[in-house]
Amino acid sequence: MTKLIAYRLLHMIPVLLGISFITFLIMQLAPGDFLSTLELDPQISQESIDAMRARFGLDQHWTVQYVLWLKNIVFHLDFGTSFSRHQPVFSVLRTGFANTLLLGIAAATITWVVAVPLGIVAAVKQYSWFDKSSSLVAFLGISVPEVFLALLLILLAAWTGWFPIGGMRSLNFDTLSPMGKALDMAHHLALPAVVLATVPLASRMRQMRGNLLDVLRADYVTTARAKGLPEGTVIVKHAVRNAINPLITLFGYTLATLLSGSLLVEVVMSWPGLGRITLEALQTRDLYLMMGSVMLSSTMLILGNLIADILLAISDPRIKV
Amino acid sequence: MATVEARRDDWVPENPEAPAGAGPWALFWRHFRRSQLAVAGSVVLVLFYGAALFAPFLSPYDVETQDRYRGFHPPTAVHFRDAGGNWRRPFVRSTELSDPMRTKYSEVEGTEHSIRWFVRGAPYRLWGVIESDIHLFGAQGDARIHIMGTDQVGRDVFSRLLHGARISLSVGLIGILITYTLGLVFGGIAGYYGGVVDNLLMRFSEILMSIPGLYLILALRAAFPADLRSDLVYLIIILILSLVYWASLARIIRGMVLSLRENEYVTAAEALGMSSIRIILRHILPNTMSFVIVAATISVPAYILGEVALSFLGAGIQEPIPSWGNMLQQAQSIRVLKSFPWILTPGVFIFLTVLAFNFLGDGLRDALDPKKIQGDA
Repeated sequence: MTKLIAYRLLHMIPVLLGISFITFLIMQLAPGDFLSTLELDPQISQESIDAMRARFGLDQHWTVQYVLWLKNIVFHLDFGTSFSRHQPVFSVLRTGFANTLLLGIAAATITWVVAVPLGIVAAVKQYSWFDKSSSLVAFLGISVPEVFLALLLILLAAWTGWFPIGGMRSLNFDTLSPMGKALDMAHHLALPAVVLATVPLASRMRQMRGNLLDVLRADYVTTARAKGLPEGTVIVKHAVRNAINPLITLFGYTLATLLSGSLLVEVVMSWPGLGRITLEALQTRDLYLMMGSVMLSSTMLILGNLIADILLAISDPRIKV
Repeated sequence: MATVEARRDDWVPENPEAPAGAGPWALFWRHFRRSQLAVAGSVVLVLFYGAALFAPFLSPYDVETQDRYRGFHPPTAVHFRDAGGNWRRPFVRSTELSDPMRTKYSEVEGTEHSIRWFVRGAPYRLWGVIESDIHLFGAQGDARIHIMGTDQVGRDVFSRLLHGARISLSVGLIGILITYTLGLVFGGIAGYYGGVVDNLLMRFSEILMSIPGLYLILALRAAFPADLRSDLVYLIIILILSLVYWASLARIIRGMVLSLRENEYVTAAEALGMSSIRIILRHILPNTMSFVIVAATISVPAYILGEVALSFLGAGIQEPIPSWGNMLQQAQSIRVLKSFPWILTPGVFIFLTVLAFNFLGDGLRDALDPKKIQGDA
């Protein structure tokens, strides 16, 4: 196990280097930089722009900039300064990252807590009305575009007043007790998390159902039944244990879709996460902020895959590591 | 060929209805037809793509004409009875802005404008060749018929939806074509030759796949100027989406080619002195086809949603040209969304399109899967 983790962590280094190089290259292909928008402002003199350009190293060849950027990260853990916010990239990303992670974890929890039991019931009662209606609902869930669902739920919130419309905290957040603060956050978190969970929930449910149906046909399940085990034990202890393995592998993939999907949800539902920061960085050509957020989200994705592999190894001892 | 024949022999006695010697297409069609959802999905898609093709003719109004006295007009009410309560040809009434502060419209009593087929309206040019000014339907006189209401600047949502479909729906098809050509060629080459080519390709695709999709799409979009001509933006969006989705497909194809390469017929083809390219194209890739057809169908929505996301975020197709994504942009204001919910209609159509593709893909998978065919019969 330790060997697996060490190997995979080492493997991350070239992949992350590749990502950073490609992203840096892409950002350099773009015409103009952050300062070229400032040049249009007559109040700022050309000298001060040139001075800023020299300070940020923008007047040098992009390969030199890349090496400088990389050096600062490796030796000083310094991800550069955000041009537009005049803050270290690291501190800008930190809060956004925490908020996105919170949203992602909430969505992932909803996904698994709902999808696995529903999938099991649908498989055990194959062809029942529950199975048929749940698979229809799953089809609807897989197909609903996140933007559209988010807008619909905002509309619902606006009409009913049951949920806050966007944002992360109420105006009176600071006056609340710790318990009240948690509840307030949960209240704000509910709609974005549901939007984000819908698509993966529907597809995980279908997969759980399919896997379990395959396993229930296996000989060892028949054996378990033949020796008189109660049906509940057969399903929970024998069948589900094996049927859930492919889902665990998909955990990393789920994380990827959650990360990509959360960008849209964050924008529509004004959730102050990494996605919104990235979009803003893109619009203002904030090079280092953009680099930082791509690196951070990619690292999360790769770590998610690693965690999935570790979980799989724990769940299925047959897998050699 | 031998395996297909053996399978058919096994299969025929179990299903007496099957005519002996039915070709693979006949078998496929028989199974596909059985799935009602898949058939419904294909009907919807044919309708949508057909509507996009004939958009200028089907839409009652020009997509760019603004009317500041008709902003956020609700869907027009169609009447079937006149003031006396008698049934007559469907008609609409003229409307006026009765409450400009709250954008409320009211009908002008006594005005009756019949809805007619094939009315003359704004001139257009269909597919760049056929010039005409005949629209499928429209209201007579100075009344207007907005079956899905109007947007902020008074443009007809239904007309924009039809024209937007041309962009949003075609992105999927063209994108798939590019991705699958790239994926098949590169996946095929990597799987067949192995070695350095394979290694480079796999590392590159691994890097692409480790960046969350939408982040990569946005970063790539940033490499181009923001204010490009719309037709260029359209091409760029397709290229970006193809590049981003190409990697995972190439890896799967590579895996399939890797195992197909070990087959005896490949050795036989090599022994006969066939060129590698010919072996890949004629003998190996055709065996991946049933997977490719299903996977392509299921992944069309990803491209459509990609365009929607980009245009919605303001990095895609720009106003005044309509796309399903930028039409939804106006709904980002809570006030607009709450008072004028018909602004969301493009969302309904994106949903229906994705649903139809998923139904179709599911039906294709069942119909193309030989195991399933045996099991069902």
